[in-house]
Amino acid sequence: MDNPATEIRNYTMNFGPQHPAAHGVLRLVLELDGEVIQKADPHIGLLHRATEKLAESKPFNQSIGYMDRLDYVSMMCNEHAYVLAIERLLGIEPPERAQYIRVMFDEITRIMNHLMFLGSHSLDIGAMTVFLLCFKQREELMDVYEAVSGTRMHATYYRPGGVYRDLPESMPKYQVSRWRSEKEARRWNEARSGTLLDFIQAFTDAFPAAVDDFETLLTDNRIWKQRTVNIGVVSPERAMQLGFSGPMLRGSGVEWDLRKKQPYEVYDRMDFDIPVGVNGDCYDRYLVRVAEMRQANRIIRQCVDWLRAHPGPTMIDDRKVRPPRRERMKEDMEALIHHFKFFTEGYEVPAGDTYTAIEAPKGEFGVYLVSDGANKPYRLKCRAPGFAHLASLDEMVRGHMLADVVAVIGTQDIVFGEIDR
Amino acid sequence: MVSERIEALAGKVDAQLQGSVRRLPSLAAELAYQVEPAELLGVCRTLRDAPDLRFEMLMDVAGVDYLSYARDDWETFSATRSGFSRARFPEGAALDPGAPGRFAVVYQLLSITHNQRLRLKAVCADTAEPVLDSLVGIWSSANWFEREAFDLYGILFRGHPDLRRILTDYGFIGHPFRKDFPLIGNVEVQYDPDKQRVVYQPVTITPRVLVPKVIRLDHRYEPALKDPQVPR
Repeated sequence: MDNPATEIRNYTMNFGPQHPAAHGVLRLVLELDGEVIQKADPHIGLLHRATEKLAESKPFNQSIGYMDRLDYVSMMCNEHAYVLAIERLLGIEPPERAQYIRVMFDEITRIMNHLMFLGSHSLDIGAMTVFLLCFKQREELMDVYEAVSGTRMHATYYRPGGVYRDLPESMPKYQVSRWRSEKEARRWNEARSGTLLDFIQAFTDAFPAAVDDFETLLTDNRIWKQRTVNIGVVSPERAMQLGFSGPMLRGSGVEWDLRKKQPYEVYDRMDFDIPVGVNGDCYDRYLVRVAEMRQANRIIRQCVDWLRAHPGPTMIDDRKVRPPRRERMKEDMEALIHHFKFFTEGYEVPAGDTYTAIEAPKGEFGVYLVSDGANKPYRLKCRAPGFAHLASLDEMVRGHMLADVVAVIGTQDIVFGEIDR
Repeated sequence: MVSERIEALAGKVDAQLQGSVRRLPSLAAELAYQVEPAELLGVCRTLRDAPDLRFEMLMDVAGVDYLSYARDDWETFSATRSGFSRARFPEGAALDPGAPGRFAVVYQLLSITHNQRLRLKAVCADTAEPVLDSLVGIWSSANWFEREAFDLYGILFRGHPDLRRILTDYGFIGHPFRKDFPLIGNVEVQYDPDKQRVVYQPVTITPRVLVPKVIRLDHRYEPALKDPQVPR
């Protein structure tokens, strides 16, 4: 080969799996021509925990906690899809109050997810401040999770037939310690002096201004636009072909939202809009998500108002799916046996299969659940939105510069918990 | 109202695909069909392109292994003299892993134009080497979903452009989601200080069942599945 033209070759570069912009454990094998991507081959599975196989070996309720750990920045939405699938097979419906609580927490989760998206996406592209502002807001919502379930992230709050317990009457408060003076603790606890609903309402009052802050920093920012406008453009036809959903699909101009089109729980009673993009680039998807945060805030506010006015049960009164009350267990042998059987053996779900999808923050999170009539699922398949999005990474980055790969990964809102499962 | 919409869609599917699909029992709000593997490509193309069907999106592909379907590991009706079997793996009850119809692939389709969903199920004929036609040419999203079904169940897809493993380790042996693949796996990894690298070795933990799988016949929710419209 003495022809000099053949000596110019593409070179292959490894990206990740330990790379801060890889959003977890993504390994990319990139084929580069200079700085231009010719081919991107994502290698996934480094976080594969066989959640679906583990679920086959456990009673239905014991797998709810695994759902939190799929997409670990939108925990309750994953639970929701799984719990809804079980409910469909059982043919039961939770009480109205539980449905409102679920909708409220789905939207709180949506804001949490989009704050994570916004913070990490902007950090990847080089804006540090937004990340800190986002996490300040996100921390408040973590406190809401903690108040209602006892844990900040992996809540296991939704149960077939309703939610685990009603909203608490008080918020956990900061203690005075060596690191937090009494004055400081009092300031932090000011918003936490009322009920959980008071706290959420105060959050919804203050949150639009926080979103305005993010937008001030980014929306008209010249650098932000240079990094996102016309990057990773996907046409609506391709978006449908590639199985996109959620903000990725709406960013390409397809008006599709399961909350509106195939409503579940009480979404048909909520007043909100679906933001839709025009160009299908990273910038439009950013705008869609920011607008979604504002809409989610509206929905939360409607739920808070309803929940204040309508006390009631939060769990279906069906002894097949709800454990007995603590007080009854103290004096009633049958209740104690029931409690033991419920948490060990679980309940049988009639044979059949269902595909139940909800509008998770990242897109359509679906659960295909096959039951053979046993107390364990026969087959559980989680349809993770990020899986379909990452599959299109090759197509989205081809012809772009190396630095744009980071922008595209950020705009896809990749979380490896759900992709690798 | 929901079932009316489902029946209207079922009528359209029957009109377009006379005889090549068979309706499966499902929940009242869902619609499921079984398709013969030989007709899969033609049926899918019709489902995507026919103007009154227009299933332009393939949302999910799930492999299923029916090896131990409806078999429990705790006999609850007759206790032996030594009590219940305590969920030990039943001895000598090994199923025939080569029984026909063991593997199936379930496709979830979505029509954005008509706001409809449809589930399509194809059962692989040959269990030793389950093969189906790849749908990558019809829906691009099938690419990774089929790779996953291949990786986890060993189902092959004819015409797939890049059928590699996707979720398991490089050089992994076996298909982990098959029902005869142990939950604890076959190998474990450990850092070997002498060789100064990670080595594979056979698993050292023993399998156990914490909660036995129980199938009882007193399903009090059975009416939920009984839709008079669907022949069972």
